[in-house]
Amino acid sequence: MSLPPDQPIFLERAAYRRRRLRDAARLLPMVTLAALLLPVWLMPATMSGAGGMIWLFGLWLVVIAASALLHWRLGRGPRAGDPPDAF
Amino acid sequence: MPFDALVIAALIYVGSLFVVAWAADRAAARGRTGWSDRPIVYTLSLSVYCTAWTFYGAVGNASRTGLEFATIYLGPTVVLAGSWWGLRRLVRVAKMHRVTSVADLISARFGKSNTLAALITLISLTAATPYLALQLQSISLSFAAFGPGDVLPGPLELWVAGGLAVFSILFGTRNLAADERHHGVVMAIAVEAVVKLVAFVALGIWVIWGLANGPGDVIARIAARAADHEAAGWVLRADRWTALIAISAAAVVTLPRMFQVLVVEPADETPLNSAAWAFPAYLMAMSLFVLPIAVIGREMLPPDASPDLYVLHLPLSQGADGLALLVFLGGLSSATSMVIISAIALATMISNHWLVPLYLALRRAEGEDAAHASLRQPLLISRRIAILAVIAAGAIYQAVGGGQELAAMGTVAFVGMAQLLPAMLGGLLWRGATRVGAYAGIIAGALIWMGLVFLPSLGWAPGLDWGPVDPLAGAVLVSLGVNMGLFIILSLVTLPDPQERLQGLSFVHAVTPDTAAVSTPQRPDGAIRAEALLTLARRIWGGDEALHFFRAEAERQGKSGFLPDVSAGFLSRLERRLAGAVGAATAHAMLAQFAGQRPTSMAELMAVAGEAQRAQERARQLKDDSDELARTARRLQEANDRLTALSVQKDAFLGQISHELRTPMTSVRAFSELLKLPDLAPDDRTRFAGIIHEEASRLTRLLDDLLDLSVLEGGRARLSPRVVNLHDLISRAIEASSALGGAALVIDRDIPAEHLMVLTDGDRLLQVLINLIGNARKYCDAARPVLTIRVRRLAAATQIDIMDNGTGIPPDKQDLVFEKFSRLNDPARAGGAGLGLAISREVMTALGGSITYLPGHEGAAFRLQLPVRPPGLGAKSAEA
Repeated sequence: MSLPPDQPIFLERAAYRRRRLRDAARLLPMVTLAALLLPVWLMPATMSGAGGMIWLFGLWLVVIAASALLHWRLGRGPRAGDPPDAF
Repeated sequence: MPFDALVIAALIYVGSLFVVAWAADRAAARGRTGWSDRPIVYTLSLSVYCTAWTFYGAVGNASRTGLEFATIYLGPTVVLAGSWWGLRRLVRVAKMHRVTSVADLISARFGKSNTLAALITLISLTAATPYLALQLQSISLSFAAFGPGDVLPGPLELWVAGGLAVFSILFGTRNLAADERHHGVVMAIAVEAVVKLVAFVALGIWVIWGLANGPGDVIARIAARAADHEAAGWVLRADRWTALIAISAAAVVTLPRMFQVLVVEPADETPLNSAAWAFPAYLMAMSLFVLPIAVIGREMLPPDASPDLYVLHLPLSQGADGLALLVFLGGLSSATSMVIISAIALATMISNHWLVPLYLALRRAEGEDAAHASLRQPLLISRRIAILAVIAAGAIYQAVGGGQELAAMGTVAFVGMAQLLPAMLGGLLWRGATRVGAYAGIIAGALIWMGLVFLPSLGWAPGLDWGPVDPLAGAVLVSLGVNMGLFIILSLVTLPDPQERLQGLSFVHAVTPDTAAVSTPQRPDGAIRAEALLTLARRIWGGDEALHFFRAEAERQGKSGFLPDVSAGFLSRLERRLAGAVGAATAHAMLAQFAGQRPTSMAELMAVAGEAQRAQERARQLKDDSDELARTARRLQEANDRLTALSVQKDAFLGQISHELRTPMTSVRAFSELLKLPDLAPDDRTRFAGIIHEEASRLTRLLDDLLDLSVLEGGRARLSPRVVNLHDLISRAIEASSALGGAALVIDRDIPAEHLMVLTDGDRLLQVLINLIGNARKYCDAARPVLTIRVRRLAAATQIDIMDNGTGIPPDKQDLVFEKFSRLNDPARAGGAGLGLAISREVMTALGGSITYLPGHEGAAFRLQLPVRPPGLGAKSAEA
């Protein structure tokens, strides 16, 4: 993969952190989806009762907290000068 | 609870919503959008996702299928949790193009095709009508739960539908601004969202702690119920589970009402940062108590009670009338907010993609000069008609059909709208997606949905036997699979037209289209066309706003007045702004008709791209040039300032030097006259001779200095480099300068560091040191003068810093101290001709080093820098 010509190869600490936060924000929905789907595919009977309910709402809470943390940190950062791939 | 009290409570509640909406609209009209721009209001308005299907139907669904009810909330949770790279981008692009609806978005991306938008409108309306009917039905069912009664003349549904239509028309079609934001509606929806949540959570808490014995007991009962063979439906089916999560994730962005609140209503994408966690939290709070209510309801209510109405029957059966009323209002909120937003969103689509194009085509067919009529009124009327039509369609459907379980119609609508997802997602992520692909995918998906889901749900067609696969999951897989497959394959094999390619670039890379369209040749009829465009804009936005926009555009081009040049950039901005009112396709068609804008050709597209690149290069070059010019101008300015100051100094010096030369000469002359006197006492003679001698040496010193300087400046100085110890040199300089007199000076030295051997002309360096230390003695004005001397060896140089603790040299004079004839203080005190530092500088230059003034110290500070070896060492040492 070639590097974009006019972007620095190494970033200072804050910008680097921000990139990794963005990576985490991209991962979050995928991890959530996997955690929602896999147990039901693997053991539908176990997930159907009260145990399933506890698992589901526990997962839900974790996702909300993770999303809050990520978006809060991302939203606080600088917006101007975002590279064009900053989505 | 008496039925009329219920009706009165409902009326008061609805009335207060009118007041809230009215107040928010008024505030927005005065430019105060502070409240409706808050993330909390945005998040709450998203809860229009939770309709009566959720409020009543979730419990019904849960009592039949267990945990499966939660899928409808899990899809949106996943989408919102990923909003940083999904929704944010969608909102940003939609705002850039002033998109008014989901149909507008897709049609704008695929070359502003109105036919595509009209097709999507048709699909949306088809999917939404039964869904709307369901909401109206839930309202009448919830009224019925409180027992029979008729306080209103005529059927209740008619009143409800009428009230909703009035609200939607009042607050949904008030303005025809350049954006489709409805502050009043959003605020009312937010209030309803709070009522929904409070009602449902209150009911849940009452059930868990009032009817059951806390969470432990409830979980035990859920476990028992799940183990019951009766609850066979509770076992989750992985295919259904996956399909439902997938379509609910798709629905949260494709449903017209969700697109309205999620994308069209916010000012920009920032509130998403809060909604990304707050909306999932809202959904979780709404679902937390569903299963407990379902289980307890099943245990406590008679078997013939409909699970869809457990939430009302439970408090009613226990005599908790207040709670029942709150729950009723919550259900009313769910249904009404959904109907209002859906009606507004669908009416925008119908008006922009069906009625206005039809109207324009009719006008054109009649050959009328469309420029003279206002479009504003027809547009608003078409919106109002569309709202009435949408709500009426729902009401009629409910009156005629009706009767399904609440959940069924919701799922049906979700699967239908999910058919838009491939085109939407592909359009945003893939520049290669084409209109033909979008058409094929959407049409095929919609037809399969019709045949496999929609018609069977109405009982108008038999359902397929899917064998072991769940019918819904199978239908979702087939419809979305065929949809996506056709979309991708046809996109791969077809060629997009230039308009599509421009839009594709703009959507996928989130760049404004007019950055690409830099310039097109001016046409001679520019002013006439600009005027025609102004007329067009005025007909849609009204006079003031149109004039405002045109004046701003003219100013942007550097013109005065109201008529800008009809440039490509201007046309593109005008078109996008018009699109905010009538949709991209209609705006494009209108501009083509009025401004004689020809369709873009591929050659023009390429030309535009080349032009853009050249313009970019030119701009960069211009910037470089102007930067260089600015730097040169500043250097010139500085040189000029220095020259002016020097010339003043020189004039002063000429006066000074004549004075300096004259004073000793005068005394020499006077005292030599005296010496001529014969009867002079020997003592006096000696004294007078001494004075003459002293004055003569002063003259000599002055002339020596001048000579020395001219030798140094001419580069004719002779150097005799040898190895010297800086410590010895500095000590000698201090001694020598103390002989010159001046204030007592405390010298702060770092003796060990000073023992450095340097290769240089020791005598010349000594001269500089004596001068600097002498200056400190003479000029340092501190109460206890301290002179600090520090020596340091660097890789390529040796530094000697000489710093005193006086007031130093004022910043405006720092440039001048090394110039010849420059004097800072009054000449009498200096006692020299102001040549010392000028000579020092010349000496240091001759030694290959430098002397600089160090600003920012307590007092005056100078830094001497010596090279490792003096320049031209070989030749000089031979001479020496």
